[in-house]
Amino acid sequence: MQFQTLTSPHTERPNSISITMLWVTIALVPGIAAMLWYFGWGILVSILLAVVTAIGCEALAMKLRGRPALPAISDLSAVVTALLFAIAVPPLLPWWLTVLGMAFAILLVKHMYGGIGYNPFNPAMAAYVLLLISYPTDMISWLPPDMLNEHPLTLGQVLSIKFAGIYPQGLGIDALTMATPLDEMRTQLDLNQTLSEIKQSPLWGNFGGRGWECVGNWYLLGGLILLYKRIISWHIPVAMLGAMLVLATFFHVLDQDAFPTGMFHIFTGATLLGAFFIATDPVTASTTKKGQLIYGAGIGAIVYVIRTWGGYPDAVAFAVLLMNLAAPTIDYYTQPQVFGHRSGSNE
Amino acid sequence: MHYPSTNRPARKLHRFHGGLHLPDNKAQSNGRPVEPAALPKQLTIPLQQHIGEVAHPLVSVGDRVLKGQMIARAQGYISAPVHASSSGTVIEIGEQPVPHPSGLSSPCIVIETDGLDEWVELPEPVVHFAQLDPSELRERIRNAGIVGMGGAAFPTSVKVTPGPETWIKTLVLNGAECEPFITCDDMLMREQADRVLAGVAILQHLLEPEQTLIGIEDNKPEAIAAMNAALETGGLSNTEVVPIPTLYPSGGEKQLIRILTGKEVPSHGIPAQIGIVCHNVGTAAAIADAVLENKPLISRYVTIAGEGIKEPRNLEVLIGTPASSLIGQAGGYTDAASKLILGGPMMGFTLHTDNVPITKAANCLLAASEAESPNPGPASPCIRCGQCAAACPARLLPQQMYWYAKAKDLEKAQEYNLFDCIECGCCSHVCPSHIPLVQYFRFAKMESWAREQEKRKSEHARKRHEARVARLERLEAERKARLSKKKAGLKKKTAAKKAGGEAKDPKKAAIEAAMKRAAEKKAKLAEEGVAPKNVEELTEAQQKQIDQADKRRAEAAEDTKQATQEPEDA
Amino acid sequence: MFIAIIALSLLALGFGLLLGYSSIRFHVEGDPIVDKIDALLPQTQCGQCGHPGCRPYAESIAAGEDEINRCPPGGEATMIALADLLGKDPVPMDDEASVEKPKATAVIDEKECIGCTLCIQACPVDAILGAAKQMHTVIMDECTGCELCLPPCPVECISMVPVKVDTGNWKWPYPDGAETNEVTEATAG
Repeated sequence: MQFQTLTSPHTERPNSISITMLWVTIALVPGIAAMLWYFGWGILVSILLAVVTAIGCEALAMKLRGRPALPAISDLSAVVTALLFAIAVPPLLPWWLTVLGMAFAILLVKHMYGGIGYNPFNPAMAAYVLLLISYPTDMISWLPPDMLNEHPLTLGQVLSIKFAGIYPQGLGIDALTMATPLDEMRTQLDLNQTLSEIKQSPLWGNFGGRGWECVGNWYLLGGLILLYKRIISWHIPVAMLGAMLVLATFFHVLDQDAFPTGMFHIFTGATLLGAFFIATDPVTASTTKKGQLIYGAGIGAIVYVIRTWGGYPDAVAFAVLLMNLAAPTIDYYTQPQVFGHRSGSNE
Repeated sequence: MHYPSTNRPARKLHRFHGGLHLPDNKAQSNGRPVEPAALPKQLTIPLQQHIGEVAHPLVSVGDRVLKGQMIARAQGYISAPVHASSSGTVIEIGEQPVPHPSGLSSPCIVIETDGLDEWVELPEPVVHFAQLDPSELRERIRNAGIVGMGGAAFPTSVKVTPGPETWIKTLVLNGAECEPFITCDDMLMREQADRVLAGVAILQHLLEPEQTLIGIEDNKPEAIAAMNAALETGGLSNTEVVPIPTLYPSGGEKQLIRILTGKEVPSHGIPAQIGIVCHNVGTAAAIADAVLENKPLISRYVTIAGEGIKEPRNLEVLIGTPASSLIGQAGGYTDAASKLILGGPMMGFTLHTDNVPITKAANCLLAASEAESPNPGPASPCIRCGQCAAACPARLLPQQMYWYAKAKDLEKAQEYNLFDCIECGCCSHVCPSHIPLVQYFRFAKMESWAREQEKRKSEHARKRHEARVARLERLEAERKARLSKKKAGLKKKTAAKKAGGEAKDPKKAAIEAAMKRAAEKKAKLAEEGVAPKNVEELTEAQQKQIDQADKRRAEAAEDTKQATQEPEDA
Repeated sequence: MFIAIIALSLLALGFGLLLGYSSIRFHVEGDPIVDKIDALLPQTQCGQCGHPGCRPYAESIAAGEDEINRCPPGGEATMIALADLLGKDPVPMDDEASVEKPKATAVIDEKECIGCTLCIQACPVDAILGAAKQMHTVIMDECTGCELCLPPCPVECISMVPVKVDTGNWKWPYPDGAETNEVTEATAG
């Protein structure tokens, strides 16, 4: 009897890229649902547009590279990139900016470097930063969360704004949007308001921005799902949140009126999304355990520094891209001690 | 699961990094008692069933051999002899398919069995081995052809000879059997615990360890109980059965030592360096047979398992029995059989045919179904998720080693400690991209060794070439020296001639006379029709050679002439 | 103005001295480059590079007179090693050297050998034993497979026999499908 020959191990493999990416997608669902609840249809439209564009670009890139497209699409990595991008950009972002961002992310940031596994930068964040720098007004025009929103938009209105740039009668972009909590905080602090004065505004909830902090909670839940399924390890999120908490608490203690608390920083902006879903992107993060702690802490510190003293209200994207650059070096210097190399352990 | 074994306080166990919880699938084969396998018509006994030098055959085709007779002797220190597993006639000595990942053949002795199973005359059994000299015990172990039966097949005689400087503190018995499906050590411990412990006693006598630890994974409660029961009646001192958590690869030598003692075997080192020796339980049983009964290693327990087997079970198999006959005895294949694996699913290798013999280190025949061992499909790119590093029991960074092994940058791969990889397969198992990581590392290791060897060879060739060049130069220089000497001699001579007038040199006269005689003789021979036979139809090169030879002869004649002449000149 | 010139000159002088000192102080006593190159060559002494042996080729490379891609026995691996050593870009193998032959050793057909010693004189590593009018034989372990003994043999009794692969020298192959590793037709999942 003849048998097929293959090399060991001869086991059923429990993991695959698609399963990993599928779990990331599933873990994003609670947060996305919360965003839909608070920010309306725009999020859903952005997501669908981004996913379709990303898949199209992925297929195009594979075709241009002369490789079969189906496996690349079915690994779902493009979908995850699209989701992360779509929930990071404002819900009313014009359609062509979403398309531009996804094309940039997939074609240039991902496939110019060799496709999945080879890209040094997080594609979603690179695209986000590209748009933030090139189209700053569009990128900071966020809708107010549901409870503060005086003009809820219907699906039709959202579609007409996003695709045709036609706003409902009597409502301009300025009437519809308002500053994000982080933006508001900066502006007010720059006006030398004290924190307790700023917090009087209805914009604020218990920790961070009203509505925003709830979204953060749901991303936290998603993150816990990923931790439970061992898709990600605790090192990066814990290091990133820990670094922010330590820095924020330190400065808050120094001056309670000028520096918001650590909880504010964690539950506002993209911190939790970033900690569990963006910084943990395996391709662009550090791979050693020690390295992941450094990498995560670096992101946390950079986010805090830029938020507090830099030129942008939020900085997760910048921080992730900067630490992406450092990841190979961090990995090189944080190699674990190999079995049997420990000196003096055997006395 | 926890199975309290004794009243002793639990020993503090240590952890190794990573590892995997795998479905153990051991229930398939450990339900039936072990039976002896049927005597096959032919036994194919490979001459190399161990690490080291190939054994040298002692019999020739047509010889009748008896069960237990040594049919090939060890060659060199790291080697092991091979014995006939049953009586019969040697019908062939030559290349036969052997269980090897390459699927290649290798030298074997084929015995046609006669069904008598007649033993060779064995020396008297030994009852009190402790009265024997350790060197004699070692000799018995060596002559019995015992090798590590856990899979590595390293000659045991070497391991029981730690050397004068080495002091063994801990003897570790490996009954972990961490690979899924395999239950032969489990069954051995359940059914032959006394025999295993008899082997342990001999090892203790040889190595004089302070303590002996028998590590068994806690998914084998029956084996643990049986060993503990045997231990209570056996009277071994400082010996303990230690149940360890089931976690692949706890049965790896380095991992087991780490679990039991907390010590790490140094990289590129052996356990003896840290005062530890580790033996498989099967090896211990074989040692007991060899020392107490003088029986060589001619049989072993083999697990036949997998969904591709009708009646999975364990058999006591004569070395050299074809795998096909064992599978027949286990009910044959089911329709599900898709792969035949020798060893476990994690570290075993596939056989393309079941027409190979069982060797001393073959612990399991696994006929896996497609569901048990699906084809992982083509690999995707590495996404650097680090799961491999998290699973690696050697704390390596497989994802980094992979980049370099893939690019065939072997030096870089070695910088990432390629040679500390134990090839356990954990990284490949967890890889979401289904990259055959272990295979890359095996390739890189083999290639590194081959290049190292090539380098040594080329260095050797360079030295030989340099030696040759030097020799040729020396010969040339000597020839030149002779030439110049001759010239100088000639000059002197002409000068002397000029000075001494026409006085005829008596030597020269003698030579001239001799040449004249030779010419006359040649002419006479020519007249008679006798000529050198081999000078016709010469190639140009050969003619040139002859000319050169003549020239050399003439030179030599000149030299002697001068040599005899010089004193006169002086 | 003068102060500036003087200051800069002093600075230049100071740095010059520092450089000079450090070049002496930290001088690395390295192997001459020829030895390093020679160490990378396979030492078959086959002359296929057009030089009479490995060392002359190494000297020629060191002098910049020859390319690094002319060693067929070494193949691409040697070329890349040389490129690494010399900081050059790898170049495609020379036409004649591009086909990698399996490793082989010379074997003398002992029935046909006339004992002419010509192969003994040709062998660069003294791997052939024999004397005039006596049968010759190749010491397998010493043969580098350079083929230099083939042309001189007047009776063509020497042949190159590929080294047999057995379980002792077999190597695990480079993983299957490695070329198509980057995502292939079948689903990656």
